[in-house]
Amino acid sequence: MEQFFATLGIWLGALFTFAIFSFLYKDNPFYKTAEQIFVGLSAGYWSVYTIFFILIPNLYEPLTQNFNANWIKLIPAILGIMMLLRLIPKIEWVSRFPLSIVIGTTSGVFFLRYLKSDVLNQLTATMINPFLGESWVIVIGKIMLIIGTICGVVYFYFSKKHIGALGVSAKIGIYFLMVSFGAAFGYTAMARISLLIGRLQFLLGDWLGIIQP
Amino acid sequence: MKRKIPLLITFTVGIILIISEFIPHKPFGQLSGELEIWFLIISGFAILLGQLSLFKVNILKIKYKQRDWQFYTITLISFIIMVTLGFLWGTGKSAGMLGHGEAISSMLGYKPFDYLFHNIYQHLQATMFSLLAFFIASAAYRAFIGRTVESNLLLASAVLVMLGNTTLGSLLTGWLPESLNFLHLPKVSEFIMTFPTTAGQRAIMIGAGLGIIGSSLRIILGIERSYLGGE
Repeated sequence: MEQFFATLGIWLGALFTFAIFSFLYKDNPFYKTAEQIFVGLSAGYWSVYTIFFILIPNLYEPLTQNFNANWIKLIPAILGIMMLLRLIPKIEWVSRFPLSIVIGTTSGVFFLRYLKSDVLNQLTATMINPFLGESWVIVIGKIMLIIGTICGVVYFYFSKKHIGALGVSAKIGIYFLMVSFGAAFGYTAMARISLLIGRLQFLLGDWLGIIQP
Repeated sequence: MKRKIPLLITFTVGIILIISEFIPHKPFGQLSGELEIWFLIISGFAILLGQLSLFKVNILKIKYKQRDWQFYTITLISFIIMVTLGFLWGTGKSAGMLGHGEAISSMLGYKPFDYLFHNIYQHLQATMFSLLAFFIASAAYRAFIGRTVESNLLLASAVLVMLGNTTLGSLLTGWLPESLNFLHLPKVSEFIMTFPTTAGQRAIMIGAGLGIIGSSLRIILGIERSYLGGE
């Protein structure tokens, strides 16, 4: 029986793979069906994931196992239920209270996290001696790293018109950003193509058995 | 009250979290830890709100027989099936309302929820993303037309990075002598990724980081209040 369901699973996977790929020809009912199943399953998956891996371990278990030590968790539980009231238009405003906690926490956490990781750490990593390289290629690379970072930041400075020295720096900054975007594009293209190869391996290997997986 | 109290809550919570970074002692350290758990729990409910909202929107589309309404019934059915199976027999090591469902799991090879996840959801997701390979190729055709210095740099960087990560790239420049090793395509790709790309990424990170810090301050201080909805 297990073998039957394993084979059925592979056939379902193959059918849905073809249904999605049919979009390359044009939008059609097979694609739309597969797309809606994907949406439904995604939503269902995240609902179950949220309940089993967020709400049960952080709320249900502490409250049922040791209520006296964890009664304070009733507050976020009530706030969570208040959040769900957003679906009722007349009392929608009640959801602002839990929302304000989420927004306040996010703002406080993001303020500190980005200050450390995206600003201070990046500035520290740029303040290097470029001439301490093992080879001339690395020395040039480090000089490019410093100039590119400074000029890139100058490009994002919009409080003054980009003319004169500021304009030249901003222009160099754009060049570095373009190289960065190109590399990111190359990597994204390769990642998508490797996914496509994965799909072809599934169809030719697991489904048809033409190639060895 | 409907607007001022939420603004006050946002301010208090945000300030406590920032202070706790500099004074990690009682009560701030403890408070910030507790607030982060609260955040997780409320976010969990917010995710559920999203799912319920999707349910409501689809019900309304079916009720008013909007265009292609039949497909929205498929969304609802697949959503209900996934949630029901998850609740009844759980997922992975977590038990559901009916326990682990050993009998049905031995028949399917997985728990029912996991069976759908592995055999349908994962295939749909991988295919959906692999579909982008075709569209990215057409986007590349338009983006890589080398008219300006910027677009030429974009083109050169993308081509060199892609070639440098394939065996073809190694083959093309494999014959170069040791003294010209730095021109070997995998080396060029590595150089682009390590230096100019890092410089560009770093500039973006610093710029975005400063933007996020500014936005966070605006929200905490109550200058930015669009999240409360317009009135």
